[in-house]
Amino acid sequence: MASVEFQNISKTFGAFVAVPDISFQIADGEFICLLGPSGCGKTTSLRMIAGLETPSSGRVMIGGRDVTYLHPKDRGISMVFQDYALYPHMNIADNIAYPLKVRGEQETRRHARAKEVADVLKIGDLMKRLPSQISGGQQQRTSLARALVYPSEVYLFDEPLSNLDAKLRLEARGFLNHLQRDMGMTAVYVTHDQAEAMALATRIAVMDKGRIVQFAPPIEIYRRPATTFVANFVGNPPMNLIAVEASIGEGALHLKADGLQLAPIALTDAIAKAATSGRMTLGVRPEHLRIAEPSDRNVVSGDLFANENMGPESLVTLERGDNGRVTARIFTDDEIRVGTSVHLAFDTRHVTLFDDSGARIPAADER
Amino acid sequence: MRKRTQNIFVRRTIFAAAATFLGTIFALPLVWFIFAPFNARAELGLAIPSPFTLSNFATVFQNTFAMQALLNSLIQAAGGVVLVGGAATLAAYALSRSPIPGKGAVTYILLLFSSVVSGSAAMVPIFLIISAAGLIDTHLAVILVFAGGLLPTAMFILRDFIDAIPRSYEESAMVAGASPLQAFFDVALPVIRPGIVVVVVWAFVNIWGSFLIPFILLRSDKLMPASVAIYSFYSEAGTPIVTLLAAYSLIYSLPVIALYLFVNWKFGFRFFGGIKS
Ligand SMILES: Nc1ncnc2c1ncn2[C@@H]1O[C@H](COP(=O)(O)OP(=O)(O)O)[C@@H](O)[C@H]1O
Ligand SMILES: [Mg+2]
Repeated sequence: MASVEFQNISKTFGAFVAVPDISFQIADGEFICLLGPSGCGKTTSLRMIAGLETPSSGRVMIGGRDVTYLHPKDRGISMVFQDYALYPHMNIADNIAYPLKVRGEQETRRHARAKEVADVLKIGDLMKRLPSQISGGQQQRTSLARALVYPSEVYLFDEPLSNLDAKLRLEARGFLNHLQRDMGMTAVYVTHDQAEAMALATRIAVMDKGRIVQFAPPIEIYRRPATTFVANFVGNPPMNLIAVEASIGEGALHLKADGLQLAPIALTDAIAKAATSGRMTLGVRPEHLRIAEPSDRNVVSGDLFANENMGPESLVTLERGDNGRVTARIFTDDEIRVGTSVHLAFDTRHVTLFDDSGARIPAADER
Repeated sequence: MRKRTQNIFVRRTIFAAAATFLGTIFALPLVWFIFAPFNARAELGLAIPSPFTLSNFATVFQNTFAMQALLNSLIQAAGGVVLVGGAATLAAYALSRSPIPGKGAVTYILLLFSSVVSGSAAMVPIFLIISAAGLIDTHLAVILVFAGGLLPTAMFILRDFIDAIPRSYEESAMVAGASPLQAFFDVALPVIRPGIVVVVVWAFVNIWGSFLIPFILLRSDKLMPASVAIYSFYSEAGTPIVTLLAAYSLIYSLPVIALYLFVNWKFGFRFFGGIKS
């Protein structure tokens, strides 16, 4: 296992800048998720670690060694592809054993090793089949087995679960998590599914338009999203973002928006500075909203838009005229009954404020 | 309800009758082609041989020029196929996988020229080039000219085929430790094989049936292919000796049929198959 480092990496395709400038360090044993919407440069970044794409500038280091111009075969890496890339003319045993074959391992030994790995992944009895003769989930595990069959410095994953149905995806995710705890592998895992990233990563790099917007542990990303982009991308459903007018009066911050009733918020230097623009964004997670009672002071109101029962919880969504929707996630065994107009209350301790540019304003208890 | 089923029945009958009629028209020459060689008194009319005889074949087998010609055809076709198959595979792979700018234009321009090269308009320059190279009256001359004429189309077909194959096959092999050469031979080549087979059969049939190029580039009898030698079964007055011609034609077509059967049995004719799961 080894560390991975990007030093001022950029990548352009012709005139198109896919990655403007990225630097990061991944320590030995970390499981990193590159998370972001489609087309933000995740695969390109991963392929530069693998050596399948050469950076336009900058350096890639693996285990302290400069590998920027090294051929993929010499980097000591494993990779699982989104389309699995199983060789259609080889049976499962030969597919899994292929990395050992190119390493000059003799046939009986490499097949024995392939069988070992296949058994762990519960595909040991499919060894004689062709890839076209097994299911999608089994193909996925075959490609995983091929990546695990030989020792590797870094494991790379490009959306390995995105072609599975929901149930298999959960199962495979759990297995990957177990594997990470078991092996302590260094891994870079590309996904656009925030739940996958939250579940697997020791740290998440949230990417937008070829840049890393925030690089932090999952809890940090969830609790303190650096920007409205991150806030809106992480969480299911994501954080509610309400555009508000900000003003300062009587030593406190006053926020105004349609349907919003909010007690003044204590000032900090950061808040005071951000308020000068007159505009802010108020963020509140769905689980921090509840059905309001008459005594509540911080309330957002609107017309009922949807009331979805998910079993242990309900998603109640209200619509504030033309000013967007707010969703609450309410944990209860009882069916939620709401009228045509809904009032949702929240605690200002669980509110996140973003300034005019979308950057998070540090809370009072942060230095 | 009953009226409608009747209606359908009538329409089906008419369709079947028309199809049979058309089919028969097309089948007649083939039936002649199968019967005539075994008929000692074969003429251009269709007749069931009575008695069945192999005497036509006996006469043909005694014609050493014609027999040598079959071997020559085999040499020229095999040589051309190996050259076209090998070169087209490598060129198409490079054109498909490398980031050369303007590679699409290169293929199209070659394709355009190839129809000129194998056409009769280029026969004089081709003859001059081959003769300047001192290759007149050699197998090699025929093989090279055929390869030159067929390569662009072969490359075009194969490049299309390879373009449709995901790069992740070779990429996953290289990440797993394979050199580019290993990735090509272990992974890419087997996946491309159905495409190569199509090109090989196509090139073989093309060379096997071609008359003009060997006729112009060769002089001596002992190098002429079967497509030229078939004219030795014409009388001096230029009329065909139908019995012998029929027998020789049947022998002449057997290798092509055998190739089709072999390829179909061994690989199956698939153009885009076996790749997606
Ligand atoms: N080989 C290429 N040529 C041109 N543009 C490319 C190439 N590969 C990727 N891109 C572009 O770079 C951007 C990032 O692509 P990618 O890294 O695949 O995104 P992601 O994996 O995050 O969905 C996309 O806009 C894509 O169109
Ligand atoms: Mg991608």
